[in-house]
This record gives sequence, C-alpha cells and structure tokens, in this order.
Amino acid sequence: MSETGRMAIELQVNGSRQPALAAPHETLLTVLRERLGLTGTKRGCNQGVCGACTVLIDGEPMRACLSLALACTGRAIETVEGLGDGLRLSPVQQALVDKGATQCGFCTPGMAIALTALLRRDPAPDAEDVREAISGHLCRCSGYVKIIEAGLAASRRNEAP
Amino acid sequence: MSAAPTAVGLSTPRRDSAEKAAGAARFADDFAVPGMLHGAILQSPIPHGRILGCRTEAALRHPGVRAVITALDLPDRRVGSFVKDERTLAREMVRYVGEPVAAVAADTPEAARAAARLIEVDYEELPAACTLDQALAEDGPLVHPEMAGYVRNGASPWQGNVFWTAEIREGDTDAAWADCDVIVEGVYETPAQYHAYMEPCSVLAEPDLAGRVTVRSSAQSIFYLQGRICEELDLPMSRVRCLAPKIGGGFGGKNGVNVQPIAVALALAAGRPVKITLSRTEDMEMLRSRHPARIRMRTGAKKDGTLVAREAELLFDAGAYGDESPAVMSFGLLCSRGPYRCPNVAVTGKAVYTNKLKAGSFRGFGNPQATFASESQLDELAGELGIDPIELRRRNALQPGDTWLGGQQVDACAFTACLEAVSERVAAEAADLPPPRPGWRRGTGFAGLSHISGLMGTSATVYLRGDGTVALSTGVVDIGQGSDTVLPQICAETLKLSVDAVAYAPQDTDSSPYNWKTAASRITYTAGRSVAAATVEVREKIMRHAAEALECAVEDLELLPGGQVGLKDAPARSVSFKQIAARAFNAAGGPLVGQNAYAFDGPRFDPKRAIMNGFAFDNLGIYVFGATAVVADVDELTGKIEVRKVWSAHDIGRAINPLSAEGQVQGAVVQGLGYALLEELVWDEGRLTNPSFMDYKICDSLDTPTAIVPILIEEAPEETGPFGAKGVGEAGIVGVAPALANAIAAATGVRLRRLPMTPERVLAGLEPDLLG
Repeated sequence: MSETGRMAIELQVNGSRQPALAAPHETLLTVLRERLGLTGTKRGCNQGVCGACTVLIDGEPMRACLSLALACTGRAIETVEGLGDGLRLSPVQQALVDKGATQCGFCTPGMAIALTALLRRDPAPDAEDVREAISGHLCRCSGYVKIIEAGLAASRRNEAP
Repeated sequence: MSAAPTAVGLSTPRRDSAEKAAGAARFADDFAVPGMLHGAILQSPIPHGRILGCRTEAALRHPGVRAVITALDLPDRRVGSFVKDERTLAREMVRYVGEPVAAVAADTPEAARAAARLIEVDYEELPAACTLDQALAEDGPLVHPEMAGYVRNGASPWQGNVFWTAEIREGDTDAAWADCDVIVEGVYETPAQYHAYMEPCSVLAEPDLAGRVTVRSSAQSIFYLQGRICEELDLPMSRVRCLAPKIGGGFGGKNGVNVQPIAVALALAAGRPVKITLSRTEDMEMLRSRHPARIRMRTGAKKDGTLVAREAELLFDAGAYGDESPAVMSFGLLCSRGPYRCPNVAVTGKAVYTNKLKAGSFRGFGNPQATFASESQLDELAGELGIDPIELRRRNALQPGDTWLGGQQVDACAFTACLEAVSERVAAEAADLPPPRPGWRRGTGFAGLSHISGLMGTSATVYLRGDGTVALSTGVVDIGQGSDTVLPQICAETLKLSVDAVAYAPQDTDSSPYNWKTAASRITYTAGRSVAAATVEVREKIMRHAAEALECAVEDLELLPGGQVGLKDAPARSVSFKQIAARAFNAAGGPLVGQNAYAFDGPRFDPKRAIMNGFAFDNLGIYVFGATAVVADVDELTGKIEVRKVWSAHDIGRAINPLSAEGQVQGAVVQGLGYALLEELVWDEGRLTNPSFMDYKICDSLDTPTAIVPILIEEAPEETGPFGAKGVGEAGIVGVAPALANAIAAATGVRLRRLPMTPERVLAGLEPDLLG
C-alpha cells in the first residue's frame, strides 16, 4: 500500500489489462476517469441516480460511482470507449447520432451502455422495452423520445438483412 | 438559381454527436493537466449572519494544501448585472445556506474538502427572511440593509426587500372593468425549479508564467464569463482567456458566472492549475434556481369572449442576490398579456430578496410563470363564458401587424396557425389513444404561448480557404442546443455548399468574434443573421473575382452548388472557389474574409402607447408563437396524473435543422412536465431539504409519454432572420404547465393554481374534505 492508501490493482477494461492504483474507498468511476484517462464515463450525481456513469461489468450495466474499484478486479469492464472499434461507432452509437438523440451529450455514454446491454439481451425489443431499459438514466435535454427511437433503430439494424 | 437546398432545412446529424456518442467529447471535468490542484469551497451553514472572524491556519497546515483564500484576499468589490450586491466570496455577511465563504486548493479533491472543513468561521446569526411573506412583512428582516449604497444599473424604485419594481400600463384598466361582462381573478403560484443540467458546474483555471490565466468551464458565454472574472478579480481582459469545452446542458443555469472567479483566484494564489468540479449537492445549494413566483391576475371580457382588460401583480422571489432577476421579472411582465389583443393592461412586478439560493435565468425567463397564470385564467374565462377554450383564444389571437404589450409591432406571426394545428391534431389523434383505465378521468387542455428571441450583440467571421472550403468563426457556445451544426448550415447554404465544406472554430476569447450569450432563444436568429451577413460578404467577393476571371459582369454570373460560379447563359463556363481562392491569395486583393457585427436593432418600445417603468432592457423583439395541447389522465383515487400525449406547435419561421429543432421542443416539453408535476426545491428554515437527484425528482423515461409531437410551422418567415428563422430554444416549455392544468380541470372540474400539481394537491382538489 502506498502513502496515499492506494493499492496496485489490475482491471480488465475494454478487453485489455490495465494496472492502476486505487484506495479501498475509491470507486471504479474515479479510477476510470482519473487513473486510466477514460473520461467518457461521466459523473453526474455520484449517488447512483443519474446513470451517466453506467458501465458494463461482466455484461451487466452497473453504476461505476457505486462500484468499488477493488471489487472489480478480475471482472470484464466495458466502457463507452470500448463500444466502437476506435474508427467506427457501434450500431447503438451510430443510431444515437442518426436519430438526433445526442444534445448536450453528457448522458449519452450511459445511454449507449444501457441500450447496448438491452440489445445483447434482447435483439428485437419494442418501444416499451427500450423505455424501460433507459429508465435509470436521466436526460435533461431530449425528452427521451429520440433516444428511444435510436434504441429501436439499432435493434432493426442488428437483424439479419 | 438552384432550388434544392444544400444545407438549410436538412436534418443534418449534429457535428459533435459522433464524439459525444463515442465518449470522446471533453467537458470541463474531463481535462487534467500536469501539476493540477483541486479546489473545494466552504459554504455558509446559516441563511443569514454576520461574519465576525475567520481562521484559516489549520486548513493551511493540512497535508497537500497549496492555497486558502477568503474574501480578504480578493478585491473589495461588489458585482451584479443590475444591482451590484454580490461578492465572489462572502465578506462581512452571509445571506443563504450554501453561499461560498472560503476556498482551498490542494493536491487531491479529498485533501481540499478536508481542509475546507478546517476553516473556522465565527458567525453572528441574524433573523432570516426565508419566504416571500417574511420578506414582505412590515418588520421583516432585511436581506440587504446596506442596499442604499449599492451601485445600480438602471433606475427602479426599491424599498425594504423589494429591490426592483417595474410596470407596464396600456389603455385604462380602471375604467375598463365596467365594460366587462365577465371578470375572473386568481392567485397562481409556481415553484423554484432546479436547472438539473446533467453536467455539474466545473472549471479548470491554468495560470502561466506570463501572468495569464486560461479558463475552461461550464458556461453559456466565454465573453460574459471573461468580463465577470476580470471585474471580480480586478484583472484586464488581456490576462484572462476563456475557452469553451463541451457544455453538459445549461438551460440558463450556466448563463451567469458560477465558481470560475474562485478557481481563477485559487490558481493565481497557488501558481498552479486548479480544477473545481461541484458535487451535485453543491451545485444545487450554491448556484441558481428558477424564480418561485406568486402572481395575482385579473381578466375581464365581453360576452362574446373579446378580452377587455388584464391586471396582474408578479412577485418574483429572487433569493439572496439580484443576479438577472430584474430582467427575468421584466420579461415576465412583457409576457403577461400573452399573444392576445387586449386594449387595457396594467401589470406590475416586484423582485424580492429572501435568504435563499439566488434565482436566475432559466429556460423561459419569467415567461413560464406569467403564462401559467395567463393561460390558466383564459380557460377559467372560457368556462364562465361557455366558449370553447380554443375558440376563445382564436377570437383574441394576435395577428400580423398588431402590437406587442409595450407597443412594438409584430410582423411575422403564425399564432392562429399554431392554435389550429394543435386543435386539429388533437381532434384527429386523441381518439386513437387507449381509453383511460377504470377510475381514471381523461381531459384535454390547451395553452397558447409566445416568446421573444432577438437581443444584444454578436458577430461572425468567414474565411475562404485555399481549396475552396470555408472556415466559420463565432463566439457562440453550444451548450447542447445545436449551434455548432446550425450556424455552419446557415453559412453553407449562403454559399450553396454542403455543410461538410464548412469548418467551424471552437470558441476562444483570444480569437473568436464577440457574442453575448447562448441565452434567450437568440442564437439561431441573432448569431445566424450575423453568420449569413458575413458569408454574404465573402460571396460578393467571390462573385467579383469570378467576374474578373471570366471577364464578364457580376450580374451575368450565378452561384452554383458545390463551390462553382458560372455564367448564367453558359454554365459550362465556370470558375471554382478553389481557383478564386488561389487568385485572391496570391495575385489579387488578398485572402477572402467576410465579417459582420451588430447589436440587435429592432424597434424600441413605444412610449406613446405604453407606460413602462423600471424595465431592465428596452430593445428586444422577434416574436415567436406557439400552442401546446395535452391529453392527461387523472386517477380519482390517488390524484396521480399520467400524461398520454403532448402536441407542441411552434411558429419557428424556418427550421434550419428540423431534427434538431424537434429535439429542442421535445426536451423543453419534458422539462415543462417536470415543472408542472414533479419539481420543487423545498426549504426548511432557509435550508434546502432536497439538494440531490435522490430527493429532487426530474422526469425519467417512465414519467414521460413517448408521444410528444413537435409541429414546426414555417408559414410566417421572419424577414430579418437567416432564411426566415426565429428562435425555438425556450418556447416549448412555456405552455406545458397551463395546458396540463387545463387538462386536469377539463377532466375533473378541479382548478389547480399552484405548481407542481402533485398527487396530494390534485387529491386535495378532488376531495377537499378528505384531506381537511
């Protein structure tokens, strides 16, 4: 343990192993943003309400602000930066763009994660399923309508032509 | 001329949306620089008190602390837009719980927060005026006993805790009441709403060894911010550079300054970069809300529904400091007749200090409060008269050529078309909704609305680059409303280019043309007009070069899509923008640049028509009209309200980017639903009881109907606007609460005059005996 109470840990983030220092009380959100430079995951309330910090942990959408970093070692973490392949957006991200579902963009990473988790679980959801899937995510700009449309558009895209 | 648009009217995806969807867009808190310290702010724990002393030694000794500042380390000055009543850090008095008192910069956020708690402040607690009634009481505590010595920007009577009053009078209401067949009167109350932008306010201030500070922060204007930092800290503007990162929503809440001057002062004291990112709770306790208001309104009409007279008194609870309140309250007055003909109007407004969080600008800017009263009262009047609510509005609707309250002529006006659009859509679509469940009653409600979108100064610069593409620069900050896309669209269309051929510069006070603020629905109209004019200047230069190159007259040429200029009679004889750029750069006249700068130049208010006293502004215009319809179900048992469908029609002039405009309208409607149904900051003895998203609820996707229908009406283009456009940023929120109140009244017969319309309040209306 270092002077600041931080311990050396290793996280599995977006398919690669990332060494990091984390104190026992520090959250995954803090480590992602401040140690690993993955600032796509947003801190909107730090209380688990707004959903902007949502990441996938072993495929499940989880609040990074409520997850202790030390408890995430050995688990597969996916952040918004890992959804595309670096050059192209994922179908969910592209649908958010095409449907005009990003405004200020602060909730967008969490929404992209939530929609990705939904579509992996259920490739052909209806509007009510999408509405439910993003219900733990606050957006103050869009009124949610175009985000739901984006979720539906991405699901159709996932269907075999 | 080619008829097909190249950019305007196209639903181009927003330019910044890919980086936002990828998580690559950088907001202020996403920046980290070498040597960066973290700031924390000590807030007042009491609503009103005198600061007797302050000891910072223990904080300075805390490990990792690099600087501690109090008001004594800052210039001894008060600042404020209309009343200079506020300090960067409290000096001799604190006036609300949460007010910044001292600040710390340290190596880590934890060390900064821990050290801030070690600062010892001795207070003499004073009686507080926490409500409008306490503040207006004869012997109530004075929030600013020293007000007589404050510098004021503009003349307005003040007394006690009332620091700004204004009035508008047209016609003679005293005499007019006798002519009315029906008079309705009521008191309407609206809550303090929190902006709830998803990004809490954040700032990074980086000093350099040349004595300059670079500031990246959550702000709706880099130039206003630069001015305020310099005023508060006594710095020349040449030493402060403000940049716009991505802004995570503003809605007026990032319109003024927030904690940027504190961060700059810490950075200068420590000689190191300092970042302050507020927690959600700090953001809610420290910054701003929408003005809670109490409005007494009286309206009289003839039997046939013709409006005769309107009187209103608007009390706006401004909180502890003046901030933008005089403007917000004045704007509320200006909107309190609504978009109707009514010859006799007398409206007065008071902005009142209380020992609470200050109230400031918030989407709608005083209009949602005034329109809640006005549009509720029109339905009450319709009920008394036995006239259909839409018909009553149609009979009195403002028409092109009529005057606004205050005497300005309204030219482009499609208000009647907005009313007709929503009533037709409701008639066609409401029956398709699933019927209400047993025990629920359904109602439909309407509201008319209007807003104003032109004011203040702006500018733009356009350059033709060497390959014939274009670079555009403005000082407009995109806070999520879409100007980073819409302004390049206006530039591109003016040159018949696709929007991809226009590069758009990020905003920087060192190099961007001046713009006042991203506020007041003004950017598309005001800045768009400047962009169009600067682009026209480049276009004219291009045409002159083309005429010289092709050895013909300018009149013989036409601009072709895709960066070409051709002869009208022989389009094959053409010259490209690239060839023109090469000619200009190297041989003739120099690089092509177009510039425009102007201050809004609409007609002033007309003193012959209206008496207007205490107004915080005298020149705004460009009137935007709209109408809202809501179908809602009310549960008789619980008082719960579920909104089934909303239609929101807007007299937008021209939609530069329809997809983006729709998103603005839908988002504004949902903010309005929150205002109507859920949202209220609640204080207990001056302490905010619900400063978190746990306790302050905004609409999530399950609280929101999926059917929110934006209707963009383009039949009345604004002659002076870019391609006919007017602003639509705020209008969508204005009519939601009254339309919903009218729907509830239609469903149940219960008239609710207080927002939010919570289940308890609905039930109290349905079962007055049940709840005592």
